[in-house]
Amino acid sequence: MTAEPALSSSPDDDPGTRSGAVVELEHLTKRYGPSSTPPAVNNLSLTIPAGEICVLVGPSGCGKTTTMKMINRLVEPTGGRVLIDGEDVAGLPAVELRRRIGYVIQQVGLFPHLTVADNTAVVPTLLRWPAPRIRARVDELLDLVGLEPAAYRDRYPAELSGGERQRIGVARALAADPPVMLMDEPFGAVDPIRRDRLQNEFLRLQARVRKTIVFVTHDVDEAIKMADQIAILQVGGVLAQYDTPEAILAQPASEFVEHFVGADRGLKRLSLGRVRDLPLLEPVLARSGETAAEVQRRLDAAEVDYALLVDARNRPVGWIEAGQLGDGEVRDGRLPEDLAMPGAPLLMPESTLRDALSAMLGSSVQLGAVVDEHDQVIGLISVDQIAQLMRRAPDDA
Amino acid sequence: MGAGKRRRLMDLLSSFLAWLTDASHWTGDTGIPVRVGEHLLISGIPLLVAIVVALPVGLFIGHTGKGALLAVSLGNIGRALPSLGILGIILPLTLPLTAGTDIPLGLPPSLIALFALALPPIITNCHVGIREVDRDLIEAARGMGMRETQVLTRVELPLATPVILAGIRTSAVQVVATATLGAVLGIGGLGRYILDGISQHDDGQLITGAVLVALLAILTELGFAALQRASVSPGLRSTGDRAYEVAGQAPRPPA
Amino acid sequence: MTPDEPLIDFDWVARNLDEIARRLGEHLVMTGIAVVVGFLISFALALAIRRSRRLYGPILAVSGVLYTIPSLALFALLIPITGLSLLSAEIALVSYTVLILVRNIVAGLESVPADVTEAAIGMGFTPLERLRRIELPLAVPVIVAGLRIATVTTVGLVTVTSLIGQGGLGYFIVVVGIRDFFPTPIYIGAGLSIVLALAADVALLGIQRALTPWARASGAA
Repeated sequence: MTAEPALSSSPDDDPGTRSGAVVELEHLTKRYGPSSTPPAVNNLSLTIPAGEICVLVGPSGCGKTTTMKMINRLVEPTGGRVLIDGEDVAGLPAVELRRRIGYVIQQVGLFPHLTVADNTAVVPTLLRWPAPRIRARVDELLDLVGLEPAAYRDRYPAELSGGERQRIGVARALAADPPVMLMDEPFGAVDPIRRDRLQNEFLRLQARVRKTIVFVTHDVDEAIKMADQIAILQVGGVLAQYDTPEAILAQPASEFVEHFVGADRGLKRLSLGRVRDLPLLEPVLARSGETAAEVQRRLDAAEVDYALLVDARNRPVGWIEAGQLGDGEVRDGRLPEDLAMPGAPLLMPESTLRDALSAMLGSSVQLGAVVDEHDQVIGLISVDQIAQLMRRAPDDA
Repeated sequence: MGAGKRRRLMDLLSSFLAWLTDASHWTGDTGIPVRVGEHLLISGIPLLVAIVVALPVGLFIGHTGKGALLAVSLGNIGRALPSLGILGIILPLTLPLTAGTDIPLGLPPSLIALFALALPPIITNCHVGIREVDRDLIEAARGMGMRETQVLTRVELPLATPVILAGIRTSAVQVVATATLGAVLGIGGLGRYILDGISQHDDGQLITGAVLVALLAILTELGFAALQRASVSPGLRSTGDRAYEVAGQAPRPPA
Repeated sequence: MTPDEPLIDFDWVARNLDEIARRLGEHLVMTGIAVVVGFLISFALALAIRRSRRLYGPILAVSGVLYTIPSLALFALLIPITGLSLLSAEIALVSYTVLILVRNIVAGLESVPADVTEAAIGMGFTPLERLRRIELPLAVPVIVAGLRIATVTTVGLVTVTSLIGQGGLGYFIVVVGIRDFFPTPIYIGAGLSIVLALAADVALLGIQRALTPWARASGAA
């Protein structure tokens, strides 16, 4: 194992983590009972390229979690084998193997009696790293998952929000820099709005660390969003299709797959596109304290109906409609903050177009504010842009 | 176990059986039936009085929630009081009552101490048992127009009965056990055999007393346990009456 | 004893301060031995139960029967075997702690949430590491709760051992007080026994708080 390089401050720099390893499943079979019982996982073979996210998805009873647990041997296979970078996992003591594989579960499972720092340091501690190295690593990891080390290090899990716990869970899994991470419905217990954000952050993180990730979910949309490769399993642990999300949506291999991904495949394909793929529109920004007339002038110049009210740090507050500015008492006065209609949907460059569309359709204004990781506005997208995209690429199924 | 030790145990067993089966120990004022009867009376009377006093108090606290702190702290304080200490503390206070009468001077303090020991578990369990009844049920009962007394007697009491009986069981076993200590104050009951056995170096009498007291305590425990199980509403039994057996009660202190 | 006698004879207290201190110390030592030995036995039993769940029923049944036997009867049964000795007293005192402690240690070790256990196994904890680093620390509140009950109970029971020639503060109640109809030693013995029980309870609670800073965090969140 190489020493950890110093933490780099720029997000573009590789923080120096070891990148992923190839994971191969060969004729993997699991039966819970004698050979006459139907298998939970049946002769499953697939190769996961190094540094990619492979999502195992399927209805309940399809053996996706069982398959994942055979990789870190929480479940021992009845037949077949698992190779990581060509090495059979059965050749290592299970405990040692698990310390080399990151593991994130839906309920997170943070240890309630340990601080955030100690939770994050669990595997390095098991591996008996020297204390200064552990301390440095913990701070590096907290930074990596977007939590200020000084503010979070000494807190206990009971003092964290659900999203913060999930981030610590990811940091803990990354602690010993494992080439492979297993994630079992990691965002399943988080509410939809936070889930979208956690997914986006995780994708951003993965772009830096390039681990090989096996990700289990029952949610097709999450699979399409997160995956480089999707393995669709059907009941009995049979592999129905293993391909990129694009290929699965374009050419479902069977009726089962077609059914499973759903009738709205045209809409689902929107999950393939990201907000960052669209040309961002220039917003008309307004700040509280400005006069209505000034804002009106800018709206007229841009020929748009809505201005985005932002706070001092350019974070969106809400929409202001051109019509509101004409009202008698507002016209000559300063903009009051409560004039804005709240609920401008906040989108991130990583958000899928599908999520963006449903967020915008759910709000009163058919525009979405795109923000960076500090929640500062970088542009707008509109419902029209997405609609045009759909018209240009009609569903070819 | 060495041969010597085994011999010793055999000797003890035979002296126990000899004492137990000696016909003269089954008749007269100090015979086994009389001692058992005394023990049951000394335990039973304070227990009954305690039930009569504690039930209304406990039900009131449970239903209204008033005095809940009292109910909880009673249980904790009861545990810290050494039963022998209570006997000793009461004795000087009742001495003037018995002076110049035929009443054994140890009897009033024993009865009062046992009564006092029996109160806390019953009050605490009444409170806990009623408080654990699902609040939605009580809301529903009120919503259907039940009066407060009806809520108590038709909903809270039937559901809390197993827990309340568990409290009475705790009290009963504790009273039966502590009644043994009355012998220290010179009154009857099975504790006599133990103390007399010690002072007379009579192993047979000592063991007979200990075995009979232990049996009486265990039978009391089992009897009330059966009663408690039988009191669980059939509608709740499928959900496992174990929950009701352990509900909310710290184990009683041994006495 | 006459009605106009003072409730507590302070002359007696002053004359017997040394004896009071000695009996108090004896009481503390007898309680300590019983709780420590009882804890070690119970801990071993709880570990055995953790390995083989089938043992739980029989162990609870046996310790439950022991618990039900009145203390004087249990002391009495031991006298012919181990005599009017400290050993007889401690055997009985220890056996009374086992039911409470086994129950609480097992419940404590089992109180670890399923997701925490799964995460620990998934991260490569050996069973021993799991016990030491996760199950034991998380069990501390429940185990200490058991220790508190066991300790308070034992403090009270030690007074009864005065009937078999031991007894710590019970000596004042039985030997000096009741036999001589002299109330002062009774009040002193019973009062100090209660104070000792409450002090031990508070001390254990303090230890628990010190050991479980994380348990306070949930209130602050």
